[in-house]
Amino acid sequence: MLLPGSGSATLEGYDVVKDFRKIRDILGYMPGKFSLYQDLTVEENLRFFAGIFKTTPEANYDLVKEIYSQIEPFKTRRAGKLSGGMKQKLALSCALIHKPEVLILDEPTTGVDAVSRKEFWDMLDRLKRKGITILVSTPYMDEAMRCDRVALIQAGKIMDINTPEGIIKNFSSRLWSVRTNDTYELLLDLRRFKATRSAFLFGQHIHLTLVDNAGSEPEIRKFLEDCGHQSVEIEETRPTIEDCFMDLMKG
Amino acid sequence: MQTGSLEHISDNNGPIIEVQDLVKKFGSFVANDHLNFTVSRGEIFGFLGANGAGKTTAMRILCGLSSPTSGNATIAGFNVYTQTEKIKRNIGYMSQKFSLYDDLTVWENFRFYGGIYGLKTEKIRERTEELLGRLGLQGEKNKILKEIPLGWKQKLAFSVAVIHQPKIVFLDEPTGGVDPITRRQFWEMIHETAKEGITVFVTTHYMDEAEYCDRVSIMVDGKIVALDTPLKLKETYRAASMEDVFLKLARAK
Repeated sequence: MLLPGSGSATLEGYDVVKDFRKIRDILGYMPGKFSLYQDLTVEENLRFFAGIFKTTPEANYDLVKEIYSQIEPFKTRRAGKLSGGMKQKLALSCALIHKPEVLILDEPTTGVDAVSRKEFWDMLDRLKRKGITILVSTPYMDEAMRCDRVALIQAGKIMDINTPEGIIKNFSSRLWSVRTNDTYELLLDLRRFKATRSAFLFGQHIHLTLVDNAGSEPEIRKFLEDCGHQSVEIEETRPTIEDCFMDLMKG
Repeated sequence: MQTGSLEHISDNNGPIIEVQDLVKKFGSFVANDHLNFTVSRGEIFGFLGANGAGKTTAMRILCGLSSPTSGNATIAGFNVYTQTEKIKRNIGYMSQKFSLYDDLTVWENFRFYGGIYGLKTEKIRERTEELLGRLGLQGEKNKILKEIPLGWKQKLAFSVAVIHQPKIVFLDEPTGGVDPITRRQFWEMIHETAKEGITVFVTTHYMDEAEYCDRVSIMVDGKIVALDTPLKLKETYRAASMEDVFLKLARAK
């Protein structure tokens, strides 16, 4: 849909510039913004997208059955009148109806609640098992753990590509999880601690790394107690993928 | 944020938000089913629920944009049926979709919204300096908004929502689609705002953010099924995280 300034890319061996028509046949794309026809019904949208690819909903029904059956009771409803979760399911059904080999999903779960997000990823797992390659973008770091490999892109550059485990393994700092009875004051104080390299909110804890990995638990504790914090808990913890991404983003 | 106590929250003058038996129906569909809760001054109140649970409907009522079918609610002491204009003057509102004007500069956006809230130019200038100063964005004051990255825009939109020092600020998924560092910076702004005594009423789908709230309510199919501090909720539902609490409650339909 967009031409590169330079460089090249292929999908299933097809060049994104020269063979774009072929790519459209093997690619399913779900844009970040809901882009189906709001004035068409659920069923009409699905039939329309199948028609564009010279197929019918019936021909590839197997592939979308599991997803589409959840919105089938509303098949005569206009797409514009669906709830957010149902729109998302319809959009995925339409992206799949021509049986693509590759599925590209642009932030499919942004603004989606935790339950629906989990169900959506269970669905992606099943599509993967059917042999469909999936490229998906997300701002939710917990979803990164459900990918085979992840790439972190920032300011137009890829910072790292690896398996989730590989990214976690490359986290080089010792990571401390610190907690007191006032998390926000704790954050402000840790920012003033001279040995602090980074301090981030993590639920009711602060995740802390120190400059050159220097500093020990008693030193952190003493600093915090001098600041007036009570019931200080400090323990070393394993980084999550979110820690790793934030570390990479800071450069 | 207090994880052990709520001592920074004051109820000396009664709760800032009071909701009693609030019902909102659209035809036969019950979007809000007898909601009861109060929010204290200076509290960070997390308003959680699945998509379609009825959060936005309730929020629109609390902002004076829609009337309940039955029940009562007062916002900063004003009645949601009869005093909606007074409510609007005393609250700030920011939604994920709400955006500043892309063709105006940062300063023009602040001046525009400050003007809508009836602030004098001098006051707007003073608040703009103060709010941009906190964000370290003084240098961007004369930039056109469309040249500014999304994460900064969200922070600017929040600043605009509190430019008139409202009693309550309503934030509807303010961090949707935002990177993990910017999300955390955003929550630091929320804590700072709460410390100044502005009550924060916030929705989010990020369950780690629910942990940053003083108290959290969880709505399922129009009803509030749980309301407590994150710590108590995790104890009650024997869950390791708010994500688990949410999955247990929202899935048990």
